[in-house]
Amino acid sequence: MSALKLKKGDTAKSAYNLRPTFSDVIERHTLAVMVENEPGVLARVIGLFAGRGYNIESLTVAEVDHQGHLSRITIVTTGTPQVIEQIKAQLGRIVTVHEVHDLTVEGPSVERELAMFKVVGAGEKRVEALRLANIFRANVVDSTLETFVFEITGAPAKIDAFADLMRPLGLIDVARTGVAALSRGD
Amino acid sequence: MTRQMTGAKMVVQALIDQGVDTVFGYPGGAVLPIYDEIFQQNHIKHILVRHEQGAVHAAEGYARSTGKPGVCLVTSGPGATNAVTGLTDALLDSIPIIVLTGQVPTFMIGSDAFQEADTVGITRPCTKHNWLVKDTDALAGVLHEAFHVATSGRPGPVLVDIPKDVQFAQGSYDAPKPSTSHYQPKVKGDMQEITELVAAIENAKRPLFYTGGGVINSGPGASQLLRELVGATGFPITSTLMGLGAYPASGDKWLGMLGMHGLYEANMAMHGCDLMINIGARFDDRITGLISEFSPKSTKAHIDIDPSSINKVIRIDIPIVGDVGHVLEDLLKVWKSRGRKTNSEAVGKWWGQIKEWQAVDCLKFKQQGKIIKPQYALSRLEALTKDHDRYITTEVGQHQMWAAQYLNFEDPNRWMTSGGLGTMGYGFPASIGAQMGHPESLVINVAGEASWLMNMQELGTAMQYNLPVKQFILNNERLGMVRQWQELLHGERYSSSWSESLPDFVKLAEAFGAKGIQCSDPDDLDDAIMEMINYDGPVVFDCLVEKHENCFPMIPSGKAHNEMLLGDAETQGVIDAKGSVMV
Repeated sequence: MSALKLKKGDTAKSAYNLRPTFSDVIERHTLAVMVENEPGVLARVIGLFAGRGYNIESLTVAEVDHQGHLSRITIVTTGTPQVIEQIKAQLGRIVTVHEVHDLTVEGPSVERELAMFKVVGAGEKRVEALRLANIFRANVVDSTLETFVFEITGAPAKIDAFADLMRPLGLIDVARTGVAALSRGD
Repeated sequence: MTRQMTGAKMVVQALIDQGVDTVFGYPGGAVLPIYDEIFQQNHIKHILVRHEQGAVHAAEGYARSTGKPGVCLVTSGPGATNAVTGLTDALLDSIPIIVLTGQVPTFMIGSDAFQEADTVGITRPCTKHNWLVKDTDALAGVLHEAFHVATSGRPGPVLVDIPKDVQFAQGSYDAPKPSTSHYQPKVKGDMQEITELVAAIENAKRPLFYTGGGVINSGPGASQLLRELVGATGFPITSTLMGLGAYPASGDKWLGMLGMHGLYEANMAMHGCDLMINIGARFDDRITGLISEFSPKSTKAHIDIDPSSINKVIRIDIPIVGDVGHVLEDLLKVWKSRGRKTNSEAVGKWWGQIKEWQAVDCLKFKQQGKIIKPQYALSRLEALTKDHDRYITTEVGQHQMWAAQYLNFEDPNRWMTSGGLGTMGYGFPASIGAQMGHPESLVINVAGEASWLMNMQELGTAMQYNLPVKQFILNNERLGMVRQWQELLHGERYSSSWSESLPDFVKLAEAFGAKGIQCSDPDDLDDAIMEMINYDGPVVFDCLVEKHENCFPMIPSGKAHNEMLLGDAETQGVIDAKGSVMV
């Protein structure tokens, strides 16, 4: 299907096809899916994952081209190479999907996520939380005498690391946006 | 030219402009404006079915026998939910149908109104695409796009949900133009891959064509090209249930259907081939059996218009994404330009092996005594109808497999059966649809009594429109295939596979005004079948057959193709624990 932007060594003759056998290794892939911004399109994508038993680690969606009426869905998923190929092909089958890009195999890409952490505490713990936030370049976006709300952006691993550090210091609430990703260069 | 008209009138106008001559449907509150427009015109014939499921299967029968999309019109709520089985059936068998549903008015959506259902939500996973149209000005464009999506690429069912206020309101209508939407599936195959397949064809020692419904969906030209390719290469050919008729059963390269109840020679050839050329089939589990043992020594080429079919189940060495007709045309061109080479010596040896398998004569049976064997009934049906302009539909179960084994199909679009979903109740309404598309032809639904009862209300439809469909029921008073599995897998405990109360089918036919014929003696069978053929009107033929006959050959669940059971095999304990969890 034209929507798949088939590249040699990509899907037409898929990446796993070049491997000696069906690999059982679970891989993590970030997919960028350009879709028509119309009612129900997200339900189609999510329904595909639920109906066929695929994993969603994170999913973000927003309109990126108002005039072209296009939204970008970034999905982080896991599966064997065969399953990942199937996911891409199945996404490409959805009539309102324009393009499917596998950022993990198409070349270098950058991934970012935004998160907000609410940390409650007093005394030394509160000071330590602020000190660590500085190291991680997290911003304080709200503060009371007992709480901070930190805002942090970065790769998912950095956010995980920050969460691990905040937990013993009084972390009580987390909101994460899920991954947004773009390929590098042109 | 843009014209102003109501949404309801647009629906009828769009159908006319799309070349639709027949609509199968059932009215209700939310589609009354459209039915009012249908009443006031003479271009489109509306067939009033007796249940919305029947409307969708009839549209499928019409579509599969004519090659044109089938169209249904049903109301909101229960009308739409009753269409769900038919939509799923059409999705799995890739049949182009357009289902139009009424919906409660836009200002009532979400209020749990009378006969409101979230139709686009319910049908999202069982359509190729669907639309809820909230603006009359958008309706014409969506209707035309619906036809484009249903018939392009891998065909499938689509649904357009039209709220009642949108039907009443005025809007702009434009006639159909070539679609400019981004949905334009690729039909030409990659020439490099096609050339790779040609090289494989030139060198193959034990080649096999494995064809499916994709050849038939690609149109009559694809079947012609397939015949040319098979004839020119001299390679053997087998087909899935869905692909029967693309290559003629009388052709000398024909091995018969393969798969769970396929022919011995076809399955053995699939197991032993060194080059498998899959043309428009999808490695369904009824075909592959045990995946790890499926055609273990072959290089596998796969031609399919749907990229997701490739590598979904079986790892492919030569993948070609494209329309069967286009790809076969290019394939033949390249193969001819390189000198029409095959390894004829090795292929000759391969045929020697195949002839040995064919000599097993796996479909042989003995008709003896006074009870009709189902295989005998179908052999006689074949003998007495093969020279007719004939269309066959089936229900689902043992009779379906026997029909595939014992009836021969010479042309595409002559065989309509629920392959992927296995929908009992498909065949009768499908026969009505096929008869609508071919009013002068002989249309026979080969049925089991249990399947047939699932949509028997359509006898009213057949009578109302004087459609002379023949219902050939192999009556064993059992759910035959369920009973067979219980015998093989569940210690002969026949749990709920026996209908203790069956109607008198002759009286039932007569109650509707149709003709009923019952036959229980093999000596009377030919005369009874001739009586059925010669009667000008719907016939319900109650053929009482052997009650405990099993369908063979059979590849037991979880086994490989070369472990197939033939008719007289000891069947107890052949399916192990691992196999018994499979369906």
